Amino acid sequence: MPEQQRKQRPAPKERVDEATEVRTSPSEHGEKLKGELDDLLDEIDEVLEDNAEEFVKSYVQKGGQ
Amino acid sequence: MAVPKVCGIETEYGVVLRGAADPNPVLASSVLINGYVEHHKVGWDFEDESPGVDARGERRAGAQPPEIETHLVNTVLTNGARYYVDHAHPEYSTPECSDALELVLADKAGERVLARSMLAARNLIEPGQEVVVYKNNSDGKGNSYGTHENYLVDRALPFATLVRHLLPWFVTRQVFTGAGKVGSENGAAPVDYQISSRADFFEEEVGLETTLKRPIVNTRDEPHADPQVYRRLHVIAGDANLCEVATFLKVGTTAIVLAMAEDDFFENAGGRKDFSVSGPVAAMRVVSHDPTCKATVELADGSRMTAVELQWEYLRLAQKYADETGLAMCGGPDVGGAVIGRWESVLTALEGDPSALDGQLDWVTKLSLLGAYVERDNLDWSDPKLALLDLQYSDVRPDRSLYERLVRAGKIERLLDEADVMAATTDPPETTRAYFRGGCLSRWPDAVVAANWDSIILDVGSDPLKRIPMMEPLRGSKEHVEELFATVSTPAELVARLST
Repeated sequence: MPEQQRKQRPAPKERVDEATEVRTSPSEHGEKLKGELDDLLDEIDEVLEDNAEEFVKSYVQKGGQ
Repeated sequence: MAVPKVCGIETEYGVVLRGAADPNPVLASSVLINGYVEHHKVGWDFEDESPGVDARGERRAGAQPPEIETHLVNTVLTNGARYYVDHAHPEYSTPECSDALELVLADKAGERVLARSMLAARNLIEPGQEVVVYKNNSDGKGNSYGTHENYLVDRALPFATLVRHLLPWFVTRQVFTGAGKVGSENGAAPVDYQISSRADFFEEEVGLETTLKRPIVNTRDEPHADPQVYRRLHVIAGDANLCEVATFLKVGTTAIVLAMAEDDFFENAGGRKDFSVSGPVAAMRVVSHDPTCKATVELADGSRMTAVELQWEYLRLAQKYADETGLAMCGGPDVGGAVIGRWESVLTALEGDPSALDGQLDWVTKLSLLGAYVERDNLDWSDPKLALLDLQYSDVRPDRSLYERLVRAGKIERLLDEADVMAATTDPPETTRAYFRGGCLSRWPDAVVAANWDSIILDVGSDPLKRIPMMEPLRGSKEHVEELFATVSTPAELVARLST
C-alpha cells in the first residue's frame, strides 16, 4: 500500500524498517532521546523523597468517599 | 430528552502533616482552608443538604490572625467553588461548568488553590512542619478517597436505564481514565501495575454507600436543582487525573453517553442496544489489571471483547449521535467534536501502541516514567522506589510533583493556558449559576452570609436576611446577570431588582 494512502495509525513494531527510513541518523536520534530521558531521571532523583520504603510506609490516609 | 450536561468534579485530596509527632489529618486539612481564606470566609448553608449536617460555618469580617477551627471548615470561593474538610481530607468541588473544557480548567484551578493553600498554611503550623497534599485515590494500605464527577441529567430518564448503560461504561472507560497504580489493594489479586487506582475498591454494582462496599453506580440523589426536572448523577467510579487530556476525555465522553441515554439513542439508533457486561465488579478489576489492554470481558450475550473493543462501539454510536442529533447538550460542535476526535485517536493508540499516549493519559505517563526507572536501576516491581514514584507523581507541590516536572520537561500535552488556569482560581465560569454566586462573593463578601449550590443568603443591611434561590443551574450566567451586576451597587439593590 503506498505510504500516502495509509491511515494514520501508530506503526506496529514489525514495521520498524519504514520508521527508520525517514530518519537520517537513527542511532543519533535514539542516543539523543536516551540522553534526555537520563537527564529527566537525574532531575527527578534530586526531588524524590529520601528513603522510599519509610516514606511509602508512612503515607497513611483516612478512608474517604 | 437530553438536558445540558452541566458538570463538576469534587476531589478529596490526600493530606499529610509532616514533622508532627501525632499528625491529625482534620487539623491539617483545616489549616489549608483557613490559610487560603486569610481574610474572609463564607459559611456553607446546609439547610437543603441531606443528610443534614450542623451548619457551623462562621462569618468572619476583616483580616485577623485566623484561629484554627476544625469543626466543619467550609467555604465558598469567588470562583464559585466549594472548599472544605470532608472525612479527614481537604475537598475541592469545582463550580458548575457547562462543558468538558470548562471543567478541565476548573479542576486544574483547584490544584493551584491547594498548592497556594500549602504555602499559606505555613503561618498556622509549627516551624519545621509542612502540610503536603496529593491528588490521588489511595494510600496503598486499603484506604481510598474519591474523585467524583457530577452531571446534570433528565429526571425523566429511569434510573434503572441509567444503571444499565453506566455499568459497562465505567468498567471500560478505565482504559483512558485510569491514573495508574503500583500493586493492588482491598483483597484484589496481586499485580505489578494496574490501570486504575480505584478499581480494587469497588465491591457492588449499585448502591448509596460511598465509604465502604463502594458501588460502581452511586444512587445519591441530591439534585441541588428542581428535583422534578433534574437529577444530579453522582459518579464515584473515577480516578484523580492530572493529565488534562485524560480529564477532558473522562468528562466529555461520559456527558455524551448520558445524552445518548436520555435521547433513547441506544434503543433506537439501530446499533448495539445492550452493552451489559457479566459480573461488572469482577470485570472492573480484570480491565484495570491488564495494562496491555488485551484482557476480555464477557458481555450479557455471551460474546467476549476487550474494553477497547466495547469502547469502539460506544464511540461509533456517539459519532452517529453527533451526526443525527448534534452535540448541543455536550459542549457543542467545538468541544463535543474535539471530545469525539480525541476519543477516536486514543482508542486507536490503545489497541496499537498504548505507550504513544504518554503525556495524554495518566496511567501511561506514569508507567512510562516508572518503566524508565525499572530499566535504569534494574528494579523489581515490588521495589518501594516505584511506589514512591507513584505517590510523588501526584504531589501537588509544583516543585516536588513529578507530574509537574514532566510538564516542565515538555512531556505532557496540555489543553489549557496556564494564565487561564490562574484566572480560574478567582473567576467563575461564565456560563452557569456559578457566575452569580462568584459575582456576589467578589462584590460583597461581607454581605454573603451563606451559600449553597442552589441558593445564596445575603445580609442587605436590615432584617431579615434575604435568600435568593438558584434552582436552575444555567440561570445566573454572565449573559443573565452581567447587566444586573453593572446597574446595582448594593446587595439591597440587587435583591430589590430581582424581586421586580
